Amino acid sequence: MSAARSETLRAEARADLARLRARYPAQFRTDRAARLRVVVIVCAVIGLAGFGAWQFEMSPARIFNGLGRLGTFAVLMLPPSPEGQFWTFLHALGETLGIAFLGTLTAAILAFPVALLAARNVVPNPFAHFAVRRGLDVMRSVDVLIWALIWINVVGLGPFAGMLAIACSDFGAFGKLFSEAIETCDRKPGEGVVASGGSALHRIRFGLIPGVLPVLASQVLYFFESNTRSATIIGIVGAGGIGQYLTELIRVLELKQVAFLVLMILATVAAIDWVSTRLRRAIIGPAAR
Amino acid sequence: MRGLTPLPPEREAALSGLYAAASGAAPGRTLASFAVVAVLALLAGLAAEVRPLVFAENIGKFTAYLAQIWPPVGLEHPLEDVRAWYWGLPKWLALLGETVLIAYLGTLLGGLAGFTLSFVAAANLVRSPVVRFVAKRFLEVCRTIPDVVFALLFVIAFGLGPMVGVLALAVHTTGALGKLFSEVVENIDMRPVEGLSASGASWIETVRFAVLPQVLSNFASYALLRFEINVRGAAVLGFVGAGGIGQEFLAAIRNFYYADVSAILGLIILTVICIDLATEQVRHRLTGSEEAR
Repeated sequence: MSAARSETLRAEARADLARLRARYPAQFRTDRAARLRVVVIVCAVIGLAGFGAWQFEMSPARIFNGLGRLGTFAVLMLPPSPEGQFWTFLHALGETLGIAFLGTLTAAILAFPVALLAARNVVPNPFAHFAVRRGLDVMRSVDVLIWALIWINVVGLGPFAGMLAIACSDFGAFGKLFSEAIETCDRKPGEGVVASGGSALHRIRFGLIPGVLPVLASQVLYFFESNTRSATIIGIVGAGGIGQYLTELIRVLELKQVAFLVLMILATVAAIDWVSTRLRRAIIGPAAR
Repeated sequence: MRGLTPLPPEREAALSGLYAAASGAAPGRTLASFAVVAVLALLAGLAAEVRPLVFAENIGKFTAYLAQIWPPVGLEHPLEDVRAWYWGLPKWLALLGETVLIAYLGTLLGGLAGFTLSFVAAANLVRSPVVRFVAKRFLEVCRTIPDVVFALLFVIAFGLGPMVGVLALAVHTTGALGKLFSEVVENIDMRPVEGLSASGASWIETVRFAVLPQVLSNFASYALLRFEINVRGAAVLGFVGAGGIGQEFLAAIRNFYYADVSAILGLIILTVICIDLATEQVRHRLTGSEEAR
């Protein structure tokens, strides 16, 4: 739409303002209490932000200096090049993918039975429900990097520790997500199975699992994608993958290689994104998000 | 089992035929997908140097480690023990506060940037494919590079300290929230937008009065979810010198101060779970009020 036409429309709408005001008073009334509440909330949000900025000494001068240095880095990154280390990087990338894939798979397989325990409509015991849920919360609230540090103590440095770390932190996340999916599942098929003489196990196998499996599979795919991203950093603590190169190269400011690594990661994640979107569509139909 | 009335024979024959047909079609595909997953798992196992034997051998070390960091609290004088265990409580609480504040500022700044960019990246509000493409790719880059990597770079550019953590989280959050926000915007009801354009509103006015009321509660809910994720992330940003409790925690692990490890880990878990529960309450209220409308 051209600006001139939108201006005429605007003028026409404005000309009628007085009559519109008379006709729809409810639309023009200002709700003082609601407005006050919004003002108070916004002030609190800004106030806390200001306190944080003051506490962390985020002065504009510091930020501009840093941005200047980042600008120099950006120039130093061009052109991205592996400087002869392409195969090393590719191997590390393969390691990263392996960590993400196996970690996600292990977590999903282990979390499924636990999620059944945590779902109210499968195990109606509130104590079991509460205990399993809190246990999952604890596993989930420990970051992947912390899990990696713990597992390095057990199996030594290397990608295996990284895989175990991803499996542990995802186990908590999957347990929670799976049990929520199971709880929101349609209960009618299960009732049908019980009504035609099925046992509790039959109800789960034939009334519940066919309904929830596509949802769970789609969640697992989504996590594989996001785990590929987190698997790129666990190398920072020595748990394998591309992260160890990334850390070292950033520390010694080999920015061309850093840029190349980042491009490799971007390409890989985009490829996985593409594949997993297609797989998700195939699994739950075109309505998939 | 209660007594069941058997089906009439012809009905049973028809049903079992149907069942055989339905289940006969499935195994081939199921087996094939299982085989693919198994092969991929094997390859991944090779790449990730999975050594089940090492794992089986050393699993004892895991339990031993847990036993070592187990809180040194006895039954005889538990209060004194707890006090000794949490000897550094004031310092740790200050660092935890810093961690939460880093997450808050990072989420706020990233949320504001993602908020602005989401309207530019939404297909139903911006006609120009070039602008949309640039906005989407920018968000993708911000989202794909982990916050720790940004922190590593920013530590060199800005110097050590919590400000680096805030900026790193903010950039990553921009990408993550920008994508989610733009998806919300793409799913809105377009009639209010058409109504406002028809009465000559500018682009900003359309966004303010037709789009914002529809998306705000969803936005707030996603931002709270992200805040929770960022608190967890901020707890480890200290590993690379970006402020918060991470540095203290890493030192405790590296120097084998076992009691400190469990004490700080306990504090982190407690904080994350509290924030998790609080944001869940607020989010339920937000989405609930939307459903009631």
